[in-house]
Amino acid sequence: MPFFEAVRLAWDSIRAQKLKSFFSLVGVLIGVTFLIAVVSIVQGMNVYMTDKFAGALIGVNTFQVRSRPNIQTGESTEEERRQWRRNPRLTTEDAAYLEENMRTPARFAQSGNDQVTLDWGSRQAKQINLTTTDAEYFDIKHYDMAEGRPFTQQEVRIGASVAVLGFDLGEKLFNGRDPIGQTISIGGLPHRVIGVVARQGTIFGISLDKFVITPLTSPARRLANRPHVIDDFHVQAEDPAQMRQAMAEVTSLMRVRRGLKPSQPDNFYIESAEAALAEWDKIAKVLFLALPGLVAISLVVGGIVIMNIMLMAVAERTREIGVRKALGAKRRDIMAQFVVESATLSVTGAVLGIGAGILLAFAIRAFSPLPAAVAPWSVGLGVGLGILVGMVAGVYPARQASRLDPITALRQE
Amino acid sequence: MSTDIIRLEGITREYQMGSERVRALRGVDLTIARNEYVAIMGPSGSGKSTMMNMLGCLDTPSAGAYWLNGHEVSRMADDDLARVRNREIGFVFQTFNLLPRASALANVELPLVYAGVSARERKQRAEAALTRVGLGERMHHKPNELSGGQRQRVAIARALVNEPSILLADEPTGNLDSATSEEIMRVFGQLHALGQTVLLVTHEPDIAAHARRVVVLRDGVIDSDRQNPPPAHDVAA
Repeated sequence: MPFFEAVRLAWDSIRAQKLKSFFSLVGVLIGVTFLIAVVSIVQGMNVYMTDKFAGALIGVNTFQVRSRPNIQTGESTEEERRQWRRNPRLTTEDAAYLEENMRTPARFAQSGNDQVTLDWGSRQAKQINLTTTDAEYFDIKHYDMAEGRPFTQQEVRIGASVAVLGFDLGEKLFNGRDPIGQTISIGGLPHRVIGVVARQGTIFGISLDKFVITPLTSPARRLANRPHVIDDFHVQAEDPAQMRQAMAEVTSLMRVRRGLKPSQPDNFYIESAEAALAEWDKIAKVLFLALPGLVAISLVVGGIVIMNIMLMAVAERTREIGVRKALGAKRRDIMAQFVVESATLSVTGAVLGIGAGILLAFAIRAFSPLPAAVAPWSVGLGVGLGILVGMVAGVYPARQASRLDPITALRQE
Repeated sequence: MSTDIIRLEGITREYQMGSERVRALRGVDLTIARNEYVAIMGPSGSGKSTMMNMLGCLDTPSAGAYWLNGHEVSRMADDDLARVRNREIGFVFQTFNLLPRASALANVELPLVYAGVSARERKQRAEAALTRVGLGERMHHKPNELSGGQRQRVAIARALVNEPSILLADEPTGNLDSATSEEIMRVFGQLHALGQTVLLVTHEPDIAAHARRVVVLRDGVIDSDRQNPPPAHDVAA
């Protein structure tokens, strides 16, 4: 019997019993929905973590030398935290030493951070991130300017009282007025606004546009750190390979400078996107490992349900099988009919599951910051699993049907 | 090639029923020529059903040989028998045995599906067969939208569509009233007149009276084998 004929037959009997058929394929539907949704969520998470989280917070091909971690995604032990607190603060001299001795081509920027209050006339903005840094910082962060200009290394050298604002801060503080040329007070110290950075968006719902940047040597620097002390030393390499090389170089240079013995641990911390993402990678790996198990369980249950339904179908249609055999159906015709029917049932479930999974992914994309994207391979896998489950579940009932004796089958009431 | 379409030689069929050995057929010899119209009769327990299954290639004998259209089918395996049933035998059952969810046309197409005929040719041939039995107007009706007589006509069209060597009808009028029975028997008469070999299994003497030859079974052997005078209205067709 031709394949198409078998599929048409399968559709006829599925349509004849819509409700029963639907219930019988719920297991497969749920399994495939789960597959599509989880894969798209995990991949969305991946894109989000790599692009936004690592890119926005740390920078592409960039790492920071610090005395202790800033972004904490994983678990840390009490002992690790104690060690970090004992680490000496990073100084301008440390940074200068690294900059002078590193061979790997890179961009450098020192920076200090604090949370400050800004005033402009009677308007005030609290809890604003202050960064005091070098001119290279704007390049490392890939900041485009919405208005005005960034400060220059010349202005850093002379300790100019200038400030560059984040987009949201500029809008909030100046309420629609042009901020360029206005004088704001940063923690009581006057600075002239020379630029506004283009909008950076949000991460986990937190605005990335509420900051103020001043030169490393500006008056505001005393709000961040004691003289000579800095919080971060940013290093941006040209590509990931050079970044790893630069990290190794920084580690050995710092150990030499601080006179550490081989047995002693680092008393500084190198923060990179990789390190920040390591913990996420672990979570993603667990999800991807758990996924096949969860999908397999629902598919096995779905397969058993389908097998059961098919056994019932064979029992109910014994007479039909007898008639078909009398009219010339061979064993393999009957076998094909029931296997295809079972596979059609299962694939229908899989297709509905793919639809539900895609809807779910779109819903997540619409109502959460996750860019959940349906992976084409997961759709292919869903259909493939649907066919496989249906065929495996259908083989035993189909075999029973194909072996019926036509005389006995025809006698069935 | 002889004109014999069926030749049975010493056909025996035994069953094991629990501890008992039942001999349904005990050495049947029978020859049926092309275009004969034969009724096989017998009381229940005479081996009539076994005989019908044997002739229809649904069953194989315990001993003896069965030649159908020049081929020995008594030694064939399952799938070969399926092919023989498909090509050589057209079944008409007492309970019609139409697929309830399929239209008349789809029911008639079924043997052609298993014969591997293309969809287009299937449709043409099924339509022609239905027209032949006078159901050209009701091809797209489902069995439950048809009367008993019409259902049996669909079954006859299905039996004929693959141009079988023999038309094998098992109590074809058992579920029909007498007027409809007459109508169906007229169809068989017409088919016979057009050259079809017809085998009728029945226990009703007035149905058997339509056949030209009556074979009576008793206790698994042929009890009598005689010719009927031709009924007048069959020839009129």
